Amino acid sequence: MSTITETPAARAARPSDVFRTCDVTGLRLHRPAERLIKANAVAATVALLIGGISAILILLTRWQAVHLLEPVMFYRVLTAHGISMLIFFIIFFEMAVLYFACGPLLNSRIAAPKLGWFNFGLMSVGAVLVEWMIWTGKADVLMTSYIPLRADPLYYLGIIFFAVGALLVCFQFFATLVIAKRERTYEGSLPLITFGAVAAAIIAVITLLHGAATYIPTFLWSIGLMSVDPQVYRMLWWALGHSSQQINVAAMVAIWYLLGAFTVGAVVLNEKISRTAFVLYILFISMASAHHLLVDPGFSSSWKVVNTSYFMYMAVLASMLHGFTVPAGVEVGQRLRGVTQGLFGWVKRAPWGDPGFSSLVLSVVVFGFVGGITGVTIGTEQINIVVHNTLRVPGHFHATVVSGTAMAFMGLTYYLIPLIFRKKVAFWRAAQAQPYLFAGGMLIFSIFMSFSGGFGVPRRHWDITFSNAPFEQAFHPAVDALLGIMALGGLIAAVGGGLYILITVWSVFFGKPFTEADRVAGARGLPQGIIRPPRPVTVADEANLPTGRFGTAPGTMWLVIIFLAAFATYYFANWKLLSFVWKIG
Amino acid sequence: MSGRGENGGGGAPEERQPMTTGMQSPKGRWWIPAHRSEKVWFAIAFAWCMVLFAMMPLWHWKGGQNPSGIRRKVEPAAFEARVNQFVADYQVGELNGFPVVEPPPGSDIYMIGRMWSWYPVLKLRKGTEYTLHLSSKDVNHGFSLYPVNINFQIVPGYDYGLRIVPTEAGDFGVICNEFCGVGHHMMLGKVLVTNEDGTMPGERTASAEVQ
Ligand SMILES: [Cu+2]
Repeated sequence: MSTITETPAARAARPSDVFRTCDVTGLRLHRPAERLIKANAVAATVALLIGGISAILILLTRWQAVHLLEPVMFYRVLTAHGISMLIFFIIFFEMAVLYFACGPLLNSRIAAPKLGWFNFGLMSVGAVLVEWMIWTGKADVLMTSYIPLRADPLYYLGIIFFAVGALLVCFQFFATLVIAKRERTYEGSLPLITFGAVAAAIIAVITLLHGAATYIPTFLWSIGLMSVDPQVYRMLWWALGHSSQQINVAAMVAIWYLLGAFTVGAVVLNEKISRTAFVLYILFISMASAHHLLVDPGFSSSWKVVNTSYFMYMAVLASMLHGFTVPAGVEVGQRLRGVTQGLFGWVKRAPWGDPGFSSLVLSVVVFGFVGGITGVTIGTEQINIVVHNTLRVPGHFHATVVSGTAMAFMGLTYYLIPLIFRKKVAFWRAAQAQPYLFAGGMLIFSIFMSFSGGFGVPRRHWDITFSNAPFEQAFHPAVDALLGIMALGGLIAAVGGGLYILITVWSVFFGKPFTEADRVAGARGLPQGIIRPPRPVTVADEANLPTGRFGTAPGTMWLVIIFLAAFATYYFANWKLLSFVWKIG
Repeated sequence: MSGRGENGGGGAPEERQPMTTGMQSPKGRWWIPAHRSEKVWFAIAFAWCMVLFAMMPLWHWKGGQNPSGIRRKVEPAAFEARVNQFVADYQVGELNGFPVVEPPPGSDIYMIGRMWSWYPVLKLRKGTEYTLHLSSKDVNHGFSLYPVNINFQIVPGYDYGLRIVPTEAGDFGVICNEFCGVGHHMMLGKVLVTNEDGTMPGERTASAEVQ
C-alpha cells in the first residue's frame, strides 16, 4: 500500500500502457481493473447459464400439464437455480460493477490488483464447490438450507469461501476510493453512481458479516461441533438473504443512473435528494429482513411491526425517491437537449432501439410497478398471512431481482461489450429485441405466478395434485390455466435470457473488434449512446425546461402519480382480501 | 463520504453550474434546495409511508386477522406427547388412517407437522373459537389452510398458539408449503368444519335424500 501516497507527477511517469483512455467516454481505464471486470462478468454469465437451464427445467415441472422432473431432481435443480442466480450470477456481476465504479469512473487505478485475482479465485472455488455438492445430491436443502435440513459440510464451506472473496473485493473497492482521493483523480465529491456503488458495498459488508454469522455456525453444526436453533437460523439467514437483495437494489439503482447517462445523458436533478436516498438504504435496509419472519413463531408482533414498518418504510421511501429521480433525470436530460414537445415528447423521441435504454425503462417500470408494489404489500405483517410461502412470493421477487436487477445488468452489458471488451455487439437486431422479450416474458410470468399464489398454490412444491398424499385435494380449476400462462411467459423470458447469453458470449469471444471508424449513424452492433454520446449540457440549455405547476419534469410527475394510484389500489385490495379469511390472532 | 459539504461553506454567491449526469463529480456546491417537483413527490411519498406505518397497528386494534398468537419454546418430544394426549382425549373417528379429533369449543387444540404428514385430522365447529397449537417434530414446515389461504411458518422447538374462529363450514386441506424433504409434496392434512349444529355441510341433505 506504499503507493497510496504516490504524487500526481509520479503517477504520470508510470508506463502509459497500464492505462488506456476510452475514446467514447474519455474515461481512463486501468488495465488490471479492466481484466478483473471481464473475468467477473464472464463468471457471472456462466452462473446465469446454469441458473437459466435450471429455470427452464423447474418451469416445465411446475407447469402441471408437463410435470417434467422427478421430485428428487426437482428440488435439486431448484436449489441450483436459486444459488446460481441469486448468489453467483448477481454477486459476480456486482463485483464487476464495483471495479468499474471505483476504477474507470474515478479515472483511478484500483488497489491491489493481485488481491483481486485472489478474490476471484476464492469466489470461483467456492462457487464450484457449492455447485458440485448440489449436482451430486449432497445438498438437497434449497437455497435457504433451513436447519435442521442438512447438507454436506463442503456446501457450507463453499458458500463461506465465496462470501469471503466478495467481502475482500468490497475492501479493495474502499481502498481504491482512498487511492483516488489521495491521487486526486477526480475533483470534488464522488460521482453519484460511485456513491451508489459505495452504498451497495457498505450494505454488502453488512450482509456478508451476517453471512458469516449464519454459515460459520452452520458449518460447525454440520460437522457436529455445535447446535443451532432453527428459529435463530431463520433470522440470521434472512439478515443475509434479504440484505443481499438490497445490495442488488442499490447496485441496480446506480446502474439506472449510469444507463440514463450513457443513453440519453440523463441528469441528476438534485444530488442531495439522490444521495440521501442511498444513505437511507444503508441505514434501514437490513431491518427489512424481518418481513420474511412475519408469520414465524419466534417473534412478537411488536418486533415484527417495528422492523418491517418503522424501519423498512424509510427504505421504501428511498426507492420511491429514486423511482422519481431516475425517470425525471431522463426527462430533464432530454428536455435540456431540446426535446421539449408536450408532456411525453421525451418518451416518444427516446432511443427505444438502444437495448441499454429499453432495458433501463423496462427495469424501472417492472421493478417499480410489479416488484415494488407487491413487495411492500406482501411484506405487511397481517397481509403476509395470505401470502407466506405461496407462489405470490416468487411472483414478487422475480419482478424485482430478475426483471429489475438482472434486466439492468443486461442493459449495462450492451455498453460494457464495446467499452470494456472493445467488441461490437453481435446479432444486433436480436440484441435490440432481447430486452422486450425478456421483460415481457418475465412480466407475464410474475403476474400469473402471483395470481396462482393468490389461490394458495404453494411455492417450492413438486406436485400440487398431491398424487401420493393421504387425502384428495384439487385446486381451483383456474389454477391450471394460470400456471399454463405463467409457463408461457417463462418460456418467452427464457428465450430472451438465452439470446442474452448467446449475444454476449458470441460478441466477447468471436465478435468484431470495435474501432473508432464504426461509430457512424445507423451502424449495427453499437448502442446509440456509443455512436453518438449525448452532448454535455450548459446552463443556457435550462431555458428549455418547463416552468409550470408540475415543475421541470411534468411527464414524470404524471407517471409517479399513476404509480401511487396503482400502489394504493393494490395495497388496500389486499387488506380487503385478508378481511375475508377466518378470524385469527 | 468524500467531500460532503466540501463546497458547502461560505455564503458567497457561486457561479451557476450546468446539470451533470451521475457519471461526473458534481461541480460546485451541490447541497442545494431540490426542484419543486422533487419536493412535491417527497412529500407525497412520505405521507404514503405514514399510511403504511399506520395500517399494521390499526389492524391489530380493529382487524380480525393478526399473526400475534401465543408463542413459546417447546421440546419437540413434549409437544408430540401433548398431541397424543389430545388425540386420546377427543378422538371421534378415523379418516384414511388418521384419527379424527373433535375437541370441545373454546379448547386448546393441537396439530403437529412431521415428515411427511399433519397429525391429527381436526373436526371443528363453525363460529367457535379455538386456540390452535402448531409445531414440528423435525424440520421447518409450512401450515397452509386451503382454500381459506391462511399460512404460517412452523418451526421445530416453537409452539405457535393461534386463536382461530372458523367462519365457514366445509372440508379444508392443510398443505405443507415449506420444503421439508423429498416427501414434501405428499404432506397433506385435513381440517373439517361443521355447521353450528354439528353437521357437515351437505350431510343433512344427503340423509334426507336417503329417507
Ligand atoms: Cu412439511
